[in-house]
Amino acid sequence: MHTGAKRFLLAAIFVAAVVSFFSAQFNRYYLGIAIDVGINVILAVSLNLINGHTGQFSLGHAGFMAVGGYTAASITLALSQKFPAAATPVLFVGALLAGGLTAALAGLAVGVPTLRLRGDYLAIVTLGFGEIIRVIFENMDCVGAASGLKGIPNYTNFFWAWSLAAVTVFVVTCLVNSTYGRGFIAVHDDEVAASAMGINPTKYKVTAFVVGAFFAGIAGGLYAHHKQFLSPTGFDFMKSIDIVVMVILGGMGRTTGVIIAAILLTLLPEFLRGFAEYRMIIYALLIIVLMIARPQGLFSFGKK
Amino acid sequence: MDWFLQQLINGLALGAIYALIALGYTMVYGVLRFINFAHCDVLMLGAFAAYFLAPAVAHVFAPESYLGAIVIVVLAAAICAVIGILIERLAYRPLRNRPKLTSLITAIGVSLFIEYACQLEAVFGAQTRPFPKLLPQHDFQFGGLSVSSNDVIVLVVTALLLAAMRFIVMQTKTGTAMRALSFNEEAAALMGINVNRIISFTFGLGSALAGVAGIFYAMRAPGIEPLMGVQPGLHAFVAAVVGGIGNLPGAALGGLVIGLLETFAGGIPGLSNYRDGIAFAILILILLFKPAGLLGKSTVEKV
Amino acid sequence: MSAPLLNLEKVTIRFGGLTAVSELDLQIGANELVGIIGPNGAGKTTAFNLITGVYQPTAGKISFGEKFTAKLQPHQLARLGIARTFQNIRLFASMTAFDNVRTAARLHCPRGVRNALWRGRAFRDGEKEIADEVMTLLDIFQLGKFRDAPAKGLSYGDQRRLEIVRALATKPKLLLLDEPAAGMNASEKTELMRLIQFIKDKFRISVLLVEHDMQVVMGICERIAVLDYGVKIAEGTPAEVRANTKVIAAYLGEEKPK
Repeated sequence: MHTGAKRFLLAAIFVAAVVSFFSAQFNRYYLGIAIDVGINVILAVSLNLINGHTGQFSLGHAGFMAVGGYTAASITLALSQKFPAAATPVLFVGALLAGGLTAALAGLAVGVPTLRLRGDYLAIVTLGFGEIIRVIFENMDCVGAASGLKGIPNYTNFFWAWSLAAVTVFVVTCLVNSTYGRGFIAVHDDEVAASAMGINPTKYKVTAFVVGAFFAGIAGGLYAHHKQFLSPTGFDFMKSIDIVVMVILGGMGRTTGVIIAAILLTLLPEFLRGFAEYRMIIYALLIIVLMIARPQGLFSFGKK
Repeated sequence: MDWFLQQLINGLALGAIYALIALGYTMVYGVLRFINFAHCDVLMLGAFAAYFLAPAVAHVFAPESYLGAIVIVVLAAAICAVIGILIERLAYRPLRNRPKLTSLITAIGVSLFIEYACQLEAVFGAQTRPFPKLLPQHDFQFGGLSVSSNDVIVLVVTALLLAAMRFIVMQTKTGTAMRALSFNEEAAALMGINVNRIISFTFGLGSALAGVAGIFYAMRAPGIEPLMGVQPGLHAFVAAVVGGIGNLPGAALGGLVIGLLETFAGGIPGLSNYRDGIAFAILILILLFKPAGLLGKSTVEKV
Repeated sequence: MSAPLLNLEKVTIRFGGLTAVSELDLQIGANELVGIIGPNGAGKTTAFNLITGVYQPTAGKISFGEKFTAKLQPHQLARLGIARTFQNIRLFASMTAFDNVRTAARLHCPRGVRNALWRGRAFRDGEKEIADEVMTLLDIFQLGKFRDAPAKGLSYGDQRRLEIVRALATKPKLLLLDEPAAGMNASEKTELMRLIQFIKDKFRISVLLVEHDMQVVMGICERIAVLDYGVKIAEGTPAEVRANTKVIAAYLGEEKPK
């Protein structure tokens, strides 16, 4: 089981590389959607670590995505001319990492003050942080403020989106499926009992936030170099809700379910293109019906 | 000094509106321990109700008449009360015994549903409509100060409503039942309280207040549209938490604090762009030092 | 007497106007089996919570080994060697029995985040070692067959046992049991008494027990402390405590003068 995970990761990266190599053969539009799927998988799985596994209900994940996206885009915009074309992957990876790390710092800034808060309070404070981040970017002239950041180079392709998605899944799954990782679930199930068993709830909660935020930042960077345009309104409360719905639909804490949910919810708007007006309404009804009928999520069968 | 007083008055008016909305959030939280995310959409529906009622009422009473305005507000509040009760019945009651998280998410779903359903052309459409003038507007001038008659009315009416709420919650049987429910639902039921009826009443009352707040908000806004409730709702919710969620005077206090601070920040050149974020910054600061809010009491978990 | 393992010196805790525990002196040595009894509301579980760091004393000192435990948090005390069970069973509801114990075994596992991610040989060996330890413990207490069963699906008695096994996985020097006999019938209690004695002997640890059930307490404890309204009113062997007039008065009330 343990070595299996590594082999799976390498296989996934290999497949992504192959598909990407032949990407010129595929329809531009569908390829774009496939990249969107990859990005959403990263977002959902990273949020799942915070919300699902550790039980910290965070409603501000879009804020971390914004931090990562803006950081990565700023770096590539500043340096893309200075790098030879062959070295672009290096620049891109560097920018993505920088985005992830700054987002991780933001995760630290959010995770630490919220430690003592439970349930609803935590939700509203994380929402507040997300909004504050958005307002700050709306006022930062160096990244275009409210009119947004334009002309970001198109570095994201199928390979990057999917291999990084595979890496995210690998990291989160390996993290949680270890004796160390049981600590996250213990904190979720019963914090008092977890402390009594020597688990430091603070460390686990903060780790969940930091790791979750890091990957959200990476997703943000990928997003920036895919859409080639960033605007603060795109990272508002609604975007955080979008990601939360994926986690809920997938059954909080169930990685496979969350991945499937992310894929489905990215493709759903495409199927509903004819009903563009009704898309959000169906989406909302889906949430309501799901919570009443099957709160454990659509895709939760068996073990985590 | 004049600037300060001007901001004070504007801030109080905004704060009064937030207080009315915050009361609804806090009452529902007190009784059900859950955040009704759809509350902000009720305030939007109140504004729209007034929008559609105004022409009809203007036929009966003169347009821009005080009597007409009262009728519109009362009717809109009643409509919102019914809507609030319906939402509870259909979406929240089935989840009464589930974990609170499930209800929270359902509330988000209901909110999104109302917002996007209202954006359909068949319903209200997404465009912004100008809100009709319900009342003759005078601007009172005191030296350098300009006070709008609308603001005065908002303050007076809110004060009256807050007093009425206090009376209901403290002096009436229903209010006492609400308070009993907020302490212990099981015990309250055992004491013969009809839990369902009290919860419906709470939702109805909170929604009516939201409807009134929606009209007041629309009077100051450039227009009304289906997503108009999101920002004020969010800020009012923050106000309720700042004051101590579940605590009625706290909600009023929180509303005033947030309204005042936002307005003052809006008047300061360097800060005005961050106006929208002020409420959340205050929230985080308060929760860091007083985790239960300004007037809230922290509960200790029994180990 | 050698230096005590656990030493409470004049420990007091006040919650607002209520003094839950007042000037409590208590010492527990290595490999001792001590019980705390007293009427409801006497402060027994509060005393536990003080020892395990859930509450901080308003006055007085607690030391474990040679260390003062003031300001230490529950997880740090667990690391020092204090483990506990809870009055209302607090198992990790979403985990299997095996995982419940495995989580506690984490305490002495030196491998953390990096190993979990790298998944090298060190990780695999470490996980196997922990798995073996956990299975051994489960088997000793006849819970081996439940290893993959969800913890909340076990019978009440098995859940209580699992909670004890989980606490033992942290390799404690002192085990605190909070009303372990609650809800048990006579034969289960006898089994419990045997179990506690077995734990003390086999693992060579000290056990501190809070209990209402006199049969259990008098049956296995070497020493008993009696609390009433937060004050220790008696301490001694079971026989001494049984005969103590203050204890009798606390439980049964005083005899009215004839």
